[in-house]
Amino acid sequence: MTAISHHVPDGMIAAYAAGTLGYPFELVVAAHVSMCDECRALLAAHEAAGGVVLEVAAAAPVSGDLKARTLAALDRPVRAEPRPVHRRSGIYPGPVAAALGAAGPRWQTMGGGVRQCILHEGTAGSVRLLSIPPEQAVPEHSHGGTELTLVLQGSFDDETGRFGVGDLEVADGSLEHTPVAGAGMPCICLAATDAPLRFRAWLPRLVQRYFRI
Amino acid sequence: MTDPTDALPSEQTVWMLAVRDRRDRAAFARLFDFYAPRLKAMAVRSGAGSQQAEDIVQDTMLTVWQKAGQFDPTRSQVSGWIYRIARNRQIDLSRRPAQPLPEEIETEEGHGEDPAQILALDQEVRQLRDALGRLKPEQFGMIERAYLGELSHSEIRAETGLPLGTIKSRIRLGLDRLRHELKGLRET
Ligand SMILES: [Zn+2]
Repeated sequence: MTAISHHVPDGMIAAYAAGTLGYPFELVVAAHVSMCDECRALLAAHEAAGGVVLEVAAAAPVSGDLKARTLAALDRPVRAEPRPVHRRSGIYPGPVAAALGAAGPRWQTMGGGVRQCILHEGTAGSVRLLSIPPEQAVPEHSHGGTELTLVLQGSFDDETGRFGVGDLEVADGSLEHTPVAGAGMPCICLAATDAPLRFRAWLPRLVQRYFRI
Repeated sequence: MTDPTDALPSEQTVWMLAVRDRRDRAAFARLFDFYAPRLKAMAVRSGAGSQQAEDIVQDTMLTVWQKAGQFDPTRSQVSGWIYRIARNRQIDLSRRPAQPLPEEIETEEGHGEDPAQILALDQEVRQLRDALGRLKPEQFGMIERAYLGELSHSEIRAETGLPLGTIKSRIRLGLDRLRHELKGLRET
């Protein structure tokens, strides 16, 4: 496995640790951390910082019987694990495999050989898998906002460099770029945006623009 | 080393390891005394009412007891580990999808922990606490708001400015060691 050279920005890891990042970006961060010990260590460092804040921030007295009630509950049988542990499945890191479920990705064709599989769309943005045929341009997946693109298979190149498996590209609205999938195999990415979604309406135009169909 | 307390792990680490390794209820009670009022304050600042905040405190502390076996002091410091549990609990109770979590590194039960590593991480975190104490009140206020979940991700997207490099390197060393051990186990 080649070394990962494009990582999650520090502030985004902090927001993940604090639980304020929102589901679409959290899925991308959790997937990257599953593949990258550098960011796993940085996340743990931010959690340590959160722990220090917990230690030094003001405290609030708890009810007199809360401790006794908690101690009395220690022997209670443990409730069933609410969230099962998901392992990596093929090219999909654990958290992505969990989002896909046992059936795996249900691809929709988008023209030009491009396929997508929407994993989630909501108020915090959207996250999807994109599959781009070798040597084809990658469609942008949002209007404005920030886009995160994590490579799960293959690679893509753009003006800022090469992105291989595990690499994360962070693009804000100001970046003019035309990513192109590498040769050999389709480039499969996990792509998220925090912009309000108008994807279905404008996608055909984009596909026309990039694939001239 | 000039300060003799530097050579000892923190009280919290000692209590947590006693809970993990010996199911020590007295040590758990000490952890409760230390963390419960802090966890309650954190939950209240995140918008929980007093009763719901105490439910979060109880749930978090019970999870600490139940999942103590997963605590690895070479990769997390007690307060950071408990912070993570509390934050997950709060997310579970809010009206939003559960936070996707990274794959766990599957470790062998009771893999050999290097006491020097545990102590080193404790000391790095102690230095971070000292560094936070030296911040101007408004800077500290921002950091506090960021980690207590009061800032949106776009507000903390920039660097937090905290000196986390040495803690990260220390945890990275622990991860490298763990990966090496796991590789060794698979090969034998
Ligand atoms: Zn990384």
